[in-house]
Order: sequence, then C-alpha cells, then structure tokens
Amino acid sequence: MDFKLSEREELLRKTVREFAEREIAPRMEAMEETGEFPVDLLKKMGEIGILGVITPPEYGGVGLGNLARIIILEELGRVCPAIPMALQVHHMATHALSAFANEEQKRKYLPPLAKGETMGVVAVTEPSGGSDVAGMKTSARLEGDRYILNGRKCFITNAHASDIWVVIARTGEGGKGLSAFIVERGFPGAKLGRKENKVGLRGAITGELVFQNCEVPKANLLGHEGDGMNIAIRNIVETGRPGMASVALGILNAVLEQAVKFANERILYGKPISSLQMIQSHLADIYADLEISRLLVYRVGWMRDQNIRCDAESALAKQFSCEAAARSARKAIEIHGSYGILREYPVQRLLRDALVTIPAGGTAEVARLVMARQALSLVK
Amino acid sequence: MRIIVCVKPVPDPRHWNRMSLHPTLKVLVREGIPNVVNPLDRHALEEALRIRERYGGEVMILSMAPLFSLSILREALAMGADRAVLLSDKAFAGSDTLATSHILSEAVKRIGPFDLILCGNQTIDGWTGHVGPQLSEFLGIEGISFVKMIEGFHFEEDGTAKAIVRKKTEGGYVRIEARLPLLLSVVKEINTPRYVTFSGILEAERKEIQVMSASDLRIDPSQVGLAGSPTKMADLFMPEVKRRREVVQEKPEMASKLIFEKIRQRGLI
Ligand SMILES: Cc1cc2nc3c(=O)[nH]c(=O)nc-3n(C[C@H](O)[C@H](O)[C@@H](O)COP(=O)(O)OP(=O)(O)OC[C@H]3O[C@@H](n4cnc5c(N)ncnc54)[C@H](O)[C@@H]3O)c2cc1C
Ligand SMILES: Cc1cc2nc3c(=O)[nH]c(=O)nc-3n(C[C@H](O)[C@H](O)[C@H](O)COP(=O)(O)OP(=O)(O)OC[C@H]3O[C@@H](n4cnc5c(N)ncnc54)[C@H](O)[C@@H]3O)c2cc1C
Repeated sequence: MDFKLSEREELLRKTVREFAEREIAPRMEAMEETGEFPVDLLKKMGEIGILGVITPPEYGGVGLGNLARIIILEELGRVCPAIPMALQVHHMATHALSAFANEEQKRKYLPPLAKGETMGVVAVTEPSGGSDVAGMKTSARLEGDRYILNGRKCFITNAHASDIWVVIARTGEGGKGLSAFIVERGFPGAKLGRKENKVGLRGAITGELVFQNCEVPKANLLGHEGDGMNIAIRNIVETGRPGMASVALGILNAVLEQAVKFANERILYGKPISSLQMIQSHLADIYADLEISRLLVYRVGWMRDQNIRCDAESALAKQFSCEAAARSARKAIEIHGSYGILREYPVQRLLRDALVTIPAGGTAEVARLVMARQALSLVK
Repeated sequence: MRIIVCVKPVPDPRHWNRMSLHPTLKVLVREGIPNVVNPLDRHALEEALRIRERYGGEVMILSMAPLFSLSILREALAMGADRAVLLSDKAFAGSDTLATSHILSEAVKRIGPFDLILCGNQTIDGWTGHVGPQLSEFLGIEGISFVKMIEGFHFEEDGTAKAIVRKKTEGGYVRIEARLPLLLSVVKEINTPRYVTFSGILEAERKEIQVMSASDLRIDPSQVGLAGSPTKMADLFMPEVKRRREVVQEKPEMASKLIFEKIRQRGLI
C-alpha cells in the first residue's frame, strides 16, 4: 500500500493551487453576490487540462484518471468550492460520454467539453423526487427518426451555462424503461427554466431544464434504450459521489486553515486562543475530519483507477466528507466566537457551502442505504 | 536559437512566515519549507519559450541546487523547456554569487554553443542581482540587466545576429542593440508566465534531466563553495517592522494634500 503521491500528482496539485489562488480567489466576492459562474475562466481551465482530466486524449482530454481529478477538485475547493461543484458535474457529463457513447458521439461531443467551449450537464432529478429515480416522469417517445421529449428537470448544475446535456428520460415502464440522451441546447423544444437562488455554492449554477415536444435525433440516444438507469447509477457512483466528496474535502482544507489562522491570531488572557485546550480539541476534530475524508476520497479515486467496483466506498466517501465539512465548518465558526457569523469571515460561507453539498449527488440517507446494503452482505 | 535559462529554486514565499534565521550560523532555516522556481526565472523561461515558438530551436534549463530540486526542474520542463541540467555537489554548498557564477559558466562551456542566456534579474531570497552580470563576464559575452522587453532579432548575412531590447530605467527605458551570444536578466514586466498544463506535466516525465557534479565540470573544489567564496556574511537579521500612526485633522481637500506630501517625503512615490 502506497500513500505517497507521485511527483506527477504533486505537480498537478501545485499547478491547480496556483491557478486557483491567482485566477479564482479574486472572483469569489462577485460569485457570492451574483450567483454566476465565471464562464470566461472555462477556456483557461480547458487549456490547463482541468476540464478534460478524465477524458481520453483521443477526444481532446488528458486522461489523467480519477485520483488526479480528485486532487484537482480538492485544490479548487480549497479556494472556492462552487467551482469544483460546477466542474464535477461537467466531469460527470464527460464520463457519461466516455463510458457509454458511440465513436461518432464521442468525437462530436467530447472535444468541446474537454476544451471548455461549453459546460456539461447531467439531468436526472425531477420535481417528483431525486431519490426515486425510477419514478421519474419525463418521457421520450420515438417518432420516425427522432425522440420527442416532454417533462421538467430540476436542481440541474450548469443548466444555464451549458450547450450539451445528458438527459435521462422514460422510454418504457419502471426502472428498466429509462434511457439516456444527448440533448443540445439548440434542439427545438429544449428550454431553460428557473435558476435557483441557493444559500451556498452560489457560484455554481443550479436550475431547471424544460422539454416541450423537444426533438432529439435518434442518433443521440446514449447506449441502448433501457440503459438509462445503469448509466445514471454508474455515473453517480463513479464520478458524481467522488466528485461531491472532493468538493467537501476542499471545504475541509479551507475550514482547517481558517480555524487555525484565527485561533493563532485571536488573543485572550494575553495568549492566542490556540493555546486553550478546548479550542485545541475543536482543531483536533477538524483535523480528523479532514484526514479521514481525504483517505476515504483518495481511496475511491485509486479504486476507480484500478477499475475496482466501489459502490459502497463511493457512498461512504460522499456521505462522510460532506457531513464532516458541515460539522467542521460549524466548529470553525465557534472558534471564531461572534466573528464567525460576520460576512467578512469566510467560515460562515464554508458552512453554507458545506450544507449544499449534502443533498447534491444524492442525499446522506440514500448513501447510507448503499452502505447498509454492503454491511448486510458482509455477514450471512 | 539555442537558449539557456538559469533557474534557482527558492523557498516558497507563501511559507516565509515559517522561515527563521539561525541565531549563530546566520543562515536561513528552511526546514520543511517547500521550494518554488524563483519568480523572475519563470518570466525568463516564458520569454525563452516565446522566442522558441517564433524562431525555433531549443530551451535548456540550467540550475545549481541540491538534488531535491529535481522536482523544481521537472516543473520548468512541464512549462515547456526541452531539457535540464542540474549542477549538484556537496562542494558547491555555501557558494556566494561569484562562485555560483563561476560554476554556472563552467557548465555553460560544457553544454556547448548557445545564442542566448536568460536569467531572472534577481532572486527573492538572495536578491543580489549579481549572478547574471557575473556569468556574462565569466563567459566573455555582453550582458544586459533590467530587460523589460525583447523587441526582436536581426540576423545578418554573415551569420551573426543581434538583439534589440529595452532596459527598464526609473523613468522609462533604454533601447539597446547587442550582438549574440548575449545574456539578458529580465524583470517581471517582460511577460506573464503561462500556467503549467497537465499535458506539459506528462511530457516532462519523458524529458531528460542531466545531473553534473564538480568533477564532471572539472572544477577545483577550492574555487567553489564556502572555500571559494570571498563574500562572507557579516550579519543577517530580521528588520523590525513598526506601525506608526498620525492623525490628520483638516478639511478633506487639505487633508489629502497633506497626506500626499507626507507619502512623498518618505520617498514612497
Ligand atoms: C538572504 C541571503 C543573502 C545573501 N546575500 C549574499 C551576498 O550579499 N553576496 C553573495 O555573494 N551571496 C549572497 N547570498 C548567497 C546567494 O544567494 C547565492 O550565493 C547565489 O547562488 C545566488 O545569488 P542570488 O540568490 O542573489 O541570485 P541573483 O544574482 O539575485 O540571481 C539572478 C539570477 O541568476 C540566476 N541564478 C542565481 N542563482 C542560480 C543558481 N544557483 N542556479 C542557476 N541560476 C541561478 C537566476 O536566473 C536568477 O534569477 C545570499 C543568500 C541569502 C539566502
Ligand atoms: C447543489 C445541487 C446540485 C445538484 N445537481 C444536480 C445535477 O446536476 N443533476 C441532477 O440530476 N440532480 C442534481 N441535484 C439534485 C440532487 O441529486 C437531488 O436533490 C437529491 O437526489 C435529492 O432529491 P430531492 O431533493 O428530490 O429529495 P427527495 O428525494 O425528495 O428526498 C427527501 C428526503 O427523503 C429522504 N429519502 C429519500 N429516499 C429515501 C429512502 N429510500 N430511505 C430513507 N430516506 C429517503 C432523502 O434522503 C431526503 O431526506 C443537485 C442538488 C443540489 C443541491
């Protein structure tokens, strides 16, 4: 077992950290205010390789793999969690295409995503309930050489900043009756709905996609009819949950830094409060949350790179790190006393960001269901 | 165009608050502080890459540093340099700027013909700005410091070439024409260095880093390191930074004039 990162991974981290501190940190305030994703940074992120990190080189990516992706998202999240939130879903779209698209679809849709010409979307959740995927209502009816889509998707990351949508819709009955489609924003009947006003991860766009007799060419079916559930599940297990876990990991890095900084600077009784045992106990808890989350998330990256199935491990990493980020952010706020609830201190934003990671990519309860299934299977 | 870029690994300024001075040895205690490429050397490398993009050729990194600096050179290669030479030997430790320049010049002679050497104007740790000028002296070529722009190159029919550069001065710049081979020490205004790309990182893994020791360079150990360094550090200390406060109580217009005058008197603008 080797826990040491390679020279390559260290250099990746350094590169992304520098980019994040130089290009993203100055944009934070504006993102908080407007709730807009800084789309003008896409091209640069494309050039560096951030967008195409898990896309194979044949299709315009760099193909560095899942652990590399996690390290990148973590570093971006340390500076601004909304950015990796948006990018992790972008990566989900590239994964859905790399893993399930045919040659022609890959050649058409992967390069613009890897280069940053547009963002990717994966649209599963509907107003009828995100956890109940098999209960979704959006329908796709085959008419001649096209499918006609009708329905509404909600909580969709990057919705208003994307031209390429991977959409799951119903072509038959029940869970087996779901299919996946590549929908272009310009297709007739493809519309944007409302944009949500979130309390956290404000710089990542979350909104609705609406399909009103939307015409999708038959050639844009992803995989076969009936593959929709499998595509949605593999996508969430292999990229979505590790991605959300990486966002939380980034938040935990920032939480620890802010907590330690404040504890060292705040003087009470003539000494920094970092010398108080109860403050140290908070710091130890935050440190533990950060380190445990990192081990869990990196392991999933490693397993994916070895092509090992990781359903339970992925759910565990997601659930643990997102909840850890929220609980540690709260501790960091407590270390700050009343300063923690002032807008000018970042810890309050980190808590808001952490809270938003918990349902995104599947709720903690649903992740626990997956873990419980694994636990029950271990002992017969 | 064959271009050599001199690169010095320096302690990452983000961690300078963790750096201390050894009370008796008068050296910087850098334990646990990661190194980065000296910031101006990245500008030098960026300029070299742009010249290569325009005129073709090769960009080589040259560095004298401990062996752990290999990862710093890998980063320079990932930015786009073609190969790197690391000069590393216990005998080099403690070299002052003269000894450093001597070692670098011996390496340049062994690397072979070149058209340009690009240096940072100064480092963020030593901050002497000696190495560029001294290296050009050792090599017997022209050297220009404070270069803020390379306007271009003229290639003559007899095979010689010259560069036209702008040297930054306090109020503006001086335009200088100089014959190649030439050494230029650059300031940050010259360009904005590119980011390392992931594909650059992958390519760098296949590029060569040659390590050379004192004996590879046939250098007499008494000419380098502490023994070969005429400069001795007399003292090294942290200056005490104190905030002073003055209250100006005037009408806004008068107050701003007074504040402006005070700033000017201190030579800050
Ligand atoms: C705080 C401090 C103070 C010092 N003061 C002095 C002093 O007053 N006099 C003295 O002789 N020495 C001094 N030294 C030692 C000095 O740092 C080194 O001896 C010398 O190797 C580099 O000098 P510099 O960092 O000032 O480089 P500079 O001359 O400022 O560097 C200019 C450029 O030369 C190139 N270069 C410099 N060093 C290397 C290298 N090792 N490999 C490749 N390229 C290089 C780079 O392109 C760099 O940007 C000091 C060191 C420290 C840490
Ligand atoms: C920032 C953000 C970004 C998002 N991005 C996307 C995206 O890009 N694409 C996309 O398709 N979706 C996206 N989502 C939607 C997200 O996946 C869903 O919101 C999530 O799956 C929960 O669905 P729901 O909100 O409808 O809650 P519901 O499914 O209605 O759940 C309500 C409650 O019931 C619990 N519950 C549900 N089932 C069970 C069960 N079997 N046992 C016990 N408890 C259960 C849940 O845990 C929850 O507490 C995003 C969400 C957020 C917040």
